[in-house]
Amino acid sequence: MKALIAATPKRALVLMLVLAVVLLTLPAFANAYILSVAVLILYFAYLGQAWNVMMGFCGQLSLGHSLYVGIGAYVSAALFVHFGIPPWLGIWASVLACMAAGAAIGVLAFRFGIGGVYFALLTIAFAEFTRIGFDHLDWVGGSGGFFLPVTQREFNDVLALRGSPAMFYYVMLALTAAAFAFCTWLLRTRIGYYWQAIREDPDAAQALGINTFRYKMLAVVVSAGMSAFAGVFFAFYYNNLFPEQIFSMSRSIEIILGPIIGGTGTLFGPILGAVVLTVLADGITELMAVFGWEIPGVKQVFYGTCMLVVIVFLPNGIWPTLARRLGLEHREEGHHNG
Amino acid sequence: MPLELVANVTLAGLLTGLVYGLMALGLSVIFGVVRVVNFAHGEMMTIAMYAAVVLFAAFRLDPFIALFPVAAAFFVFGYVLQAGLINPFITRPEHTQFMLVLAVAIIMVNGLLMAFGPDARNIPVDYALESFSIGPLLLDTVRVYAALAAVAIAGGLFLFFKFTATGRAIRACADNYLGAKVVGLDVKKYYALTFGLGAACVGAAGCLMVLLVDVTPLLGPGYTLLAFIIVIVGGLGSMPGALLGGVLIGISEALAGLFFSPSAKSMFSFALLILVLLFRPQGLLGKRH
Repeated sequence: MKALIAATPKRALVLMLVLAVVLLTLPAFANAYILSVAVLILYFAYLGQAWNVMMGFCGQLSLGHSLYVGIGAYVSAALFVHFGIPPWLGIWASVLACMAAGAAIGVLAFRFGIGGVYFALLTIAFAEFTRIGFDHLDWVGGSGGFFLPVTQREFNDVLALRGSPAMFYYVMLALTAAAFAFCTWLLRTRIGYYWQAIREDPDAAQALGINTFRYKMLAVVVSAGMSAFAGVFFAFYYNNLFPEQIFSMSRSIEIILGPIIGGTGTLFGPILGAVVLTVLADGITELMAVFGWEIPGVKQVFYGTCMLVVIVFLPNGIWPTLARRLGLEHREEGHHNG
Repeated sequence: MPLELVANVTLAGLLTGLVYGLMALGLSVIFGVVRVVNFAHGEMMTIAMYAAVVLFAAFRLDPFIALFPVAAAFFVFGYVLQAGLINPFITRPEHTQFMLVLAVAIIMVNGLLMAFGPDARNIPVDYALESFSIGPLLLDTVRVYAALAAVAIAGGLFLFFKFTATGRAIRACADNYLGAKVVGLDVKKYYALTFGLGAACVGAAGCLMVLLVDVTPLLGPGYTLLAFIIVIVGGLGSMPGALLGGVLIGISEALAGLFFSPSAKSMFSFALLILVLLFRPQGLLGKRH
């Protein structure tokens, strides 16, 4: 930890401190709208971080991450609605279920040597397969949706995930901070270095004696397990779940846009990307409301254009360039973006 | 369940499957040569479907005729897309190319949504409800014509690749990028040409498909996945494989709709994909690398 601080430029430390103070005090001065946008940003930052473990660290492209969010959400919600099991207990079932799903996909793909684009297609196939399955699963409402009972409460109950928007904000903030710390730590462990070796050159990594199967599996399972938390949060924050929405491919794409635009494989990239995308998208929605336009698809065209511009002009994402400009680059971390 | 009904549904699935096959053929050609996964394929298909709708509404142009200008326009579009946007990315990692095309796809779907709104459109040709019967079997006229047109176009493309000098040059680029460069082929030009041909296929397929189903902008991603499933099931780079995959998926969709529910039909396609990826990853007619 000491070494980590020593290796970080002073300027970056000060900025991080300011950021921490602003984030911690936000509910005190932000209105309900700002707070809801902040929750959304943190939600996507968290999920981006989770996706980044698989793609950014280990080089395994998942285009079906909505699968884990959906399973995580549905498992906890079903346990709560049908058996009264509170989310702080149900979440572990969600995590296990997501890890199992990730492991199943991983075993099938990596044992049979499915890589690259085929792997990405396999992840989509599984997510779509599950989406249609849930559409027909009447136990959790099928395509008509699954609704969690909402009761008026006087006080916040974090363990039951019931309370004010500010409480949800702090929960999501804590999750995002924890994910950030976890990923920072992961990158410095032996596992993190193995992952990066696999990302850069799987054959060379294998030749060096790394058990690539085991470490790719680990990346998928860790990423899936992390995504489960976001799913549970989603379920209890919005209180309604529709397979069409939560498992949809466009949801998966929303998850990966943040890290791609921010900088795949970097620690701050997913966070920066989530901020940029959510703020711009909400800005567009607001702007259209001001002009009274109601054209569907504008927001997504904008997403697509952002993605295109970033991929063509900043192939490593915004963060690496920004960090260099601002002199915030970590002395050890100059080569994280591949 | 009466046997005739099953036979009729299977036959309809087979005919639709041939149009799927033509769509997938475009993808297969592009992937087989350029090695870029065209993740905007289904979106291009929907654009072609809308083009046919617009041409019919404006000039009463029959989709079987609209097919020619649409395919030509798609050829140009594909050529420009490859030459302008994708060629600079040819040597970049697979996932970067993938996301580049994905961005184009997102813009396409939602551009269509902005232009045409979410409502379904179709083309009311006068022969839409005609059918003829062979014994107990009842065939929709449009479906038969569309399938025949798809097979004819696929056959033409096959002959082009087999017997023309350009076709041979393209196959050389596909077999050996470096070798083709060494013997002096302008590989990037042939890549653009191939992408144009693939796009023309999907343009034609779109004009035929809009005769069989109503079009909405949101069909795009579904068709992309469908095209990938077909190509992987049939075998990447194999032209007969794309048609075979299309027919298989067409029949499986039709039967799933009959025996279960129409909304579950793509579940069977995904299941088929997962099985093929696991047990015969090179596809039914593909060659092992």
